[in-house]
Amino acid sequence: MTDATLSLHEKDRSQMPIEYSTEEGDLRIVGFWIFLAAELVLFGTLFGTYLVLQSHTAGGPTAKDLFEIGPVMAETIVLLVSSFTCGLSTIELRRHNKRGLIGWLLVTILLGLVFVGLEVNEFYTYAVHEGAPLSRSAFLSGFFVLLGTHGCHVSLGIVWIIGILLQLGKRGITPVTARKAFMAGLYWHFLDVVWIFIFTAVYLTGWVI
Amino acid sequence: MIDSVKSFLGWFFVTGDPMIYGADASIALVSIGIVAVLTYFKKWKWLWNEWLTTVDHKKIGIMYIIAALLMLFRGGMDALMMRAQLTLPNMHFLDAEHYNQVFTTHGTIMIIFVAMPFIFGLMNIAVPLQIGARDVAYPFLNALSFWLFFFGAMLFNLSFVIGGSPDAGWSSYAPYAGAEMNPGVGQNYYLIGVQISGIGSLATGINFLVTILKMRAPGMTLFKMPMFTWSILITSVIVVFAFPAFTVALALMTIDRLFGAHFFTIAAGGSPMLWANLFWFWGHPEVYIVLLPVFGIFSEVIATFAHKTLFGYAVMVWSMVAISVLSFITWLHHFFTMGNTAPVNAFFSISTMLIAIPTGVKIFNWLFTLNKGRIQFTTPMLWALAFIPNFTIGGVTGVMLAMAPADYQYHNSYFLVAHFHSTLIAGTVFGIFCGLHYWWPKMFGYMLDEVKGKWSFWIFMISFNICFMPMYFLGLMGMTRRMYTYPAGLGWTPINVVMSIGAAGMGIGFALMAYNIVWSAVRGKKDTTGDPWNGRTLEWATASPAAEYNFAHIPEIKSRDAFAAMKEARAAGHAETVPPYKAIHMPNNTGIPVIMSAFMFIAGFGFVFEWYWMGIPGLIGVVACMIARSFVYDDHHYIPVEKVKQTEAATGRLS
Ligand code: HEM
Ligand SMILES: [Cu+2]
Repeated sequence: MTDATLSLHEKDRSQMPIEYSTEEGDLRIVGFWIFLAAELVLFGTLFGTYLVLQSHTAGGPTAKDLFEIGPVMAETIVLLVSSFTCGLSTIELRRHNKRGLIGWLLVTILLGLVFVGLEVNEFYTYAVHEGAPLSRSAFLSGFFVLLGTHGCHVSLGIVWIIGILLQLGKRGITPVTARKAFMAGLYWHFLDVVWIFIFTAVYLTGWVI
Repeated sequence: MIDSVKSFLGWFFVTGDPMIYGADASIALVSIGIVAVLTYFKKWKWLWNEWLTTVDHKKIGIMYIIAALLMLFRGGMDALMMRAQLTLPNMHFLDAEHYNQVFTTHGTIMIIFVAMPFIFGLMNIAVPLQIGARDVAYPFLNALSFWLFFFGAMLFNLSFVIGGSPDAGWSSYAPYAGAEMNPGVGQNYYLIGVQISGIGSLATGINFLVTILKMRAPGMTLFKMPMFTWSILITSVIVVFAFPAFTVALALMTIDRLFGAHFFTIAAGGSPMLWANLFWFWGHPEVYIVLLPVFGIFSEVIATFAHKTLFGYAVMVWSMVAISVLSFITWLHHFFTMGNTAPVNAFFSISTMLIAIPTGVKIFNWLFTLNKGRIQFTTPMLWALAFIPNFTIGGVTGVMLAMAPADYQYHNSYFLVAHFHSTLIAGTVFGIFCGLHYWWPKMFGYMLDEVKGKWSFWIFMISFNICFMPMYFLGLMGMTRRMYTYPAGLGWTPINVVMSIGAAGMGIGFALMAYNIVWSAVRGKKDTTGDPWNGRTLEWATASPAAEYNFAHIPEIKSRDAFAAMKEARAAGHAETVPPYKAIHMPNNTGIPVIMSAFMFIAGFGFVFEWYWMGIPGLIGVVACMIARSFVYDDHHYIPVEKVKQTEAATGRLS
């Protein structure tokens, strides 16, 4: 699990970025990539389900009836910007700049919170004001569960990053905290990519079809 | 007030069936017995320190195997109950409803709580040793996987006495499994119990993938790995890509049932066929998840006891890769009859038949390995040899089922039941028994008795054939799957009687194996060398049982069958230099995995009963455990050189 212990692939790591500077960090990051691959299958299944059920509106509201450009664009922009700030945090990490790292991570989770707020508001509008809750039709079940899963991921990411911020504050940038911050960044970008697919497969096709 | 309490209890506890009262009583007695024994011998601390909090892959492997053996017992009792009910026409041993529950729990338990955890147990024991590593990549996660499986299995089994068992089959087809037609908690138990253990399985897949990719001893290139390790590598890839789909399918059906969504309902636009697709998109790869590892076990055992290197190593690997790819594009063969167009059926028919090619290649490779070998008929070898013809029958009937037009005849008949038992028993079960006998000395330091082992083998194997060979003909004679009774005069009775005799024989064979385990624990031959079978791979290069750190020095690998090569070099008189010992860095024990999984169990139980006051705090507990873990920094310790020296000296390995 760590350098000299569980494996002997001794590599010269002195030239590597800090998050890769220990065998253990390397191992965890590889595993995290594989975890993201599994997440990809998970979201892929949800997308497949949604696309199958998209037209099954059972006489209820359709995508065209519900989706409004304004809030959706706001969510999209907020999340994309948060991905950008998250990227900036990784740059600061590589520069070993603790304050910059913490600052950009804070901005990232604040934007994340705004995104979650907007999304909750969107859900609330549909479910309560437009009479389109998840139990109305198969289309809405697919919609709420796909987007809800993404939203839960973002929320969990926020909790996770808060935990990392506390550790960064206490310990500074060490190989371990660096690895955690780096992995949280991967996770955040991944969620951003998923959102782009949601934007395309759910909203764009919803408006067009 | 009293009446409402009474009616609650009558609904909460399953009542009215003597068998279930018997189960209640025996569960209570066993629990009291365990608590009493642990308290009397003051073993609580030992249990906590040595087992519940361990992160040692060898101990986790042992716990997996113990749990899987217990589950095999439960699943076997279910099987015997079904066979008892079907022995004669018009029997009333089980009623229709109860029969449905029994085949559902039998199927689910056998696949999810026996086959998989047994394999996970064996791979936990063997893989790190085979690649010369000191542990898996993520020991904490490994413990978490085990405890999630364990609590998932407990939750599922609780349904027998509290609330009622699921009854929609192990494949749980919608719309029957939906809330409308299947009210009550039984199906929730299935969805949530399997979900919890499935999350553990996914984590195991990731863990072993990284372990094998990144933690091999120096010199062990991919194509120098033992074949069992190869099979686990490929299986892990399948797990990583198949399980998330199942996670989603289970979650969607749970949301349907608990929150009124319409994924799989008939009303409001839901699509029951979507469930069938999602389930089998995982379900078919799943059968390879429980099959490829036993291919690996047989490869090791056949090479060892034929005293030859494996024939066609690279071909063996590539055929497993081919099987793993094909396994993802065959799922539709489970419902050829459910209204697909002809081109779709044709595609899946062909893709299914294609799998027979790499599988056949592997069979020939085993046969060529045996060719001109000095074959030694040990118990593990007997299981491996019996696998070849018996499994081939399952494979050939599989190709018959793959022919879509013909499947209209076989579908959901006992022909199918016979087919999948030929693969699951002659493949998976023979394989795990084979691995159990083979690696037992490595796990515990003593051998299972060979004479009793061979008796249990012969009884089980012959009874298996008595039970399942006639079943093919019964299927062709028209008896369908999942029927709880049948009228006299159809000509089915004699075959059913024979099958039940076979089933009882398998029970006896298993009981003898259990007896052998107990007997050998007391009188079994000690394995003092660490290499009782004259093995070829690295797990035999260390003591039995291996020390906590597995290898005092990480071995350097120069060829395949690394340990056989080392022994040859030794015999040729090459002197080995033993470098000085170093302190060894190991992960600390931790209680978080078991506590977190217990919270998961509480949450799961709450959601089964739709008691959100219980489910939500349970989930909060899970998240709290994750956060607690994130703040643990001091999670390793060093085993000092002195201790390493002592341990090595105690096993006679200090030179
Ligand atoms: C001890 C030997 C066994 C016997 C006598 C036995 C017998 C049976 C019987 C009678 C059925 C129900 C047939 C029906 O009514 O449709 C059945 C179903 C099944 N068995 Fe077994 N079985 C045995 C071992 C196993 C093992 C080891 C596995 C898997 C590893 C397994 C997996 C299944 C599955 C998946 C089903 C289908 C359940 C369903 O219809 O939902 N069985 N078995
Ligand atoms: Cu299949």
